[in-house]
Amino acid sequence: MATSTVPGPGAPATLVGKAAYEVDDRLIVAGPVRRTLNKVFPDHWSFLLGEIALYSFIMLLLSGTYLTFFYDASMKEIVYEGSYSALRGIEMSAAYESTLDISFDVRGGLFIRQMHHWAALLFVASIVVHLLRIFFTGAYRRPRETNWFIGVALLVLAMLEGFAGYTLPDDLLSGTGLRIFSAVFLSIPVIGTWIYFTVFGGDFPGELIIGRLYILHVLIIPAVLLALIALHLLILVKQKHTQFPGAGRTEHNVVGNRLFPTFAAKATGLLFIVFGVLAALGGLVQINPIWQMGPYNPAQVSAGSQPDWYIGFVDGGSRIFPPWEIDLWGYHIPPVLWGALGIPGIMFTLLMLYPIIERKLTGDTASHHLLQRPRDVPVRTSLGAMAITAYLVLFISGGNDVIAERFDISLNAMTWAGRIGFLVLPPIAYWATYRLCLGLEQHDREVLEHGIETGVIRRLPSGEFIEVHQPLGPVDEHGHGMLAYGGASVPKKMNQVGGARRAIRGFFKPIEEPAAVQLEAEQEARGLESEQSHRQLTGSGRPSEGGRPSEGGRPSEGGKPQQEPRA
Amino acid sequence: MSTPNASSVAPAEGRRRGLRRLRPEAGTPAAAARDRRRSKRSRRLANVAGLMAALVLTGVGYSALAPGASAADDSTGNPSNAVEAGRELYVRSCITCHGSNLEGVTDRGPSLIGAGEAAVYFQVHTGRMPLVRQEAQAAERPPIFSEEEIDQLMAYVQENGGGPTLPSGDLRDGDLAEGGELFRLNCAQCHNFTGQGGALSSGKRAPSLAEANDLTIYAAMLHGPENMPVFGDNQLSPDEKRSIIDYVQTMKTSADPGGYGAGRVGPVAEGLVIWVAAVGALLFGIFWMGTKA
Repeated sequence: MATSTVPGPGAPATLVGKAAYEVDDRLIVAGPVRRTLNKVFPDHWSFLLGEIALYSFIMLLLSGTYLTFFYDASMKEIVYEGSYSALRGIEMSAAYESTLDISFDVRGGLFIRQMHHWAALLFVASIVVHLLRIFFTGAYRRPRETNWFIGVALLVLAMLEGFAGYTLPDDLLSGTGLRIFSAVFLSIPVIGTWIYFTVFGGDFPGELIIGRLYILHVLIIPAVLLALIALHLLILVKQKHTQFPGAGRTEHNVVGNRLFPTFAAKATGLLFIVFGVLAALGGLVQINPIWQMGPYNPAQVSAGSQPDWYIGFVDGGSRIFPPWEIDLWGYHIPPVLWGALGIPGIMFTLLMLYPIIERKLTGDTASHHLLQRPRDVPVRTSLGAMAITAYLVLFISGGNDVIAERFDISLNAMTWAGRIGFLVLPPIAYWATYRLCLGLEQHDREVLEHGIETGVIRRLPSGEFIEVHQPLGPVDEHGHGMLAYGGASVPKKMNQVGGARRAIRGFFKPIEEPAAVQLEAEQEARGLESEQSHRQLTGSGRPSEGGRPSEGGRPSEGGKPQQEPRA
Repeated sequence: MSTPNASSVAPAEGRRRGLRRLRPEAGTPAAAARDRRRSKRSRRLANVAGLMAALVLTGVGYSALAPGASAADDSTGNPSNAVEAGRELYVRSCITCHGSNLEGVTDRGPSLIGAGEAAVYFQVHTGRMPLVRQEAQAAERPPIFSEEEIDQLMAYVQENGGGPTLPSGDLRDGDLAEGGELFRLNCAQCHNFTGQGGALSSGKRAPSLAEANDLTIYAAMLHGPENMPVFGDNQLSPDEKRSIIDYVQTMKTSADPGGYGAGRVGPVAEGLVIWVAAVGALLFGIFWMGTKA
């Protein structure tokens, strides 16, 4: 007797449904997949910054794989006979020759090479911007310290990965960078020469370093990066995303969109935007034109030799550090050690340990899932502004010769501006940011207490003129608002609480007629008037009735947000 | 006078000087003596006629002979009109700092003895001389002397100070790839891989080669202006100099196959592009997506 399965109630009828049923019958995945697809992600534009880094990394893997088909990581000396005439007959390494071939003779090679390089610059840049968002909103606080540590490790690895890739073409620019790198190794007391000979396997540049950097660049560091990124995301999913405070958002829930379809659609859209920007750059803007630089030759060096931007601050540190030659216990410590290893070492150590430092200083060991607005934590925000200022001074100093040349400034003046700026500007940035934070906080509290300035001037019977304020909530007997500040953005303009008609929809250009919106607003007001005997001055609902505006001060558009509890 | 402009300068100069020579009325005294015994009226008429005839003859004769005479001056190497005119220009514009005998003036300007016409061509043709003011380095600007006047100054300085002379012929007649190798070895450390120039200490700089013509580059190598070392013919042979010029000028006119070159300054410009264009565009993009809640 055939035991054919009789379709019960709710059994799949379509082909896709049947196929999915068959899969689930064998793998039992319906439950986990449903849970995953229903996962709620909070919605804020700044939560997409890390995704840019992720998509740049995907682009790096794809384009990098194509480049490995043609690249030859060998320092064997050969004579170029390829299609670029200005180098024909010149001796060069096989690595440089194969990079020239990728640029001129491989179909699509130059485009892919440029896209790969731009993606590398974007990868590190988006990591930095993402890190700043995490820092300034306090998203690294317990329980997310682990992900902060992983993130900082990812940044350092991304920089090393980028430096290794920058060196692979073995052109005159990257060779100069490698020479500086070797000098930094040599500057380390006691173990410097040992490290140097371990890495280079002989006198500079030797015949090994390109092959070694290649394995680091295409195998070891990408594997570690991939593993850490996976861990980073798994922890994120497990811990659930943080959210900004707002109506209905608590420490115990997550308000946002489900992974499928809304979040998935947005993520896919962003993937294509990132790929599009990178493809546009790769096709339209030239990057690292190695044929203009020539093959590496230790006897040659060029003015304006710079590393890629993310190593620029290390270069800047070495450039502005005073030429102090220090002898300690018979060991010589050259100034390049402080500039190139000391400053970045201190910087990354502080960055890595910051969550622990803050926990120790504030004594705050509680778990936090709601983010903080930067103004509400003035000390942290000001420390961040101070660090950014110091970093920018180093970063600009890294290109000080190009800036001096382009803007006709003395290079010595640039160097001294960097030295003085590195010491003087960060405290000024701290002070200014601190005052800004306090000012913004006070204004928020003032609006909560006294209401929004309406711009309506009223003359009292006594002859006195006053400006009418719109309270944001219930008021006490003195007319002061009773709403407490909850860490969310406070509306400061009447049209943010519906005082004027709502904003015209459309980001790039209006997609509806202003007149129609006006009409709609008037009808709504008339409806309210008929049912409401007592109206507030503006005729609009209170925030509790009209709904809170979104973070950007724009009324939210579209469907209602989803909510799920935190586990 | 090896420059192409010299011969075209001389005739105009000669004519101007010839008119000045006519004023002493060279032919009149003999005619006046012969006619002294004639009547006052006829004598006066004859005087006028003779004077007119002499003037016309002298003028016609001089204008017919003058170009030939000045051409002969040039070919025999005698102090030419160009040198004389150069001296006038020198006295007017250069003597304050370089001295009356090209010996230089302390704290103002160096000696021009041994500088040669190559130095004059480079400094004056690029507008560095006459100097605007004493500063770290003379600024490049449009030349204030015409081509003729530069040739005259060159003739004067070459005549009195001696030194390297300008080459002639095709200055790009060299090997492109070898020129590139020599450029990277000798020039790139100050002028950058792509000839963008670079900063030196205390406001001095190696200028961009974007505006430099063949002769300027050659002259600069010959005399080593400002902070640039001299690349004499023992260091870089004339053929090697031509190869370098070929490379520099070829690179300048070659297109950027990768797209927009961003000034060919390398990673600094690339960093600017990624932060301003790419990060800017993407921040805008995600902000836009953020409003589509």
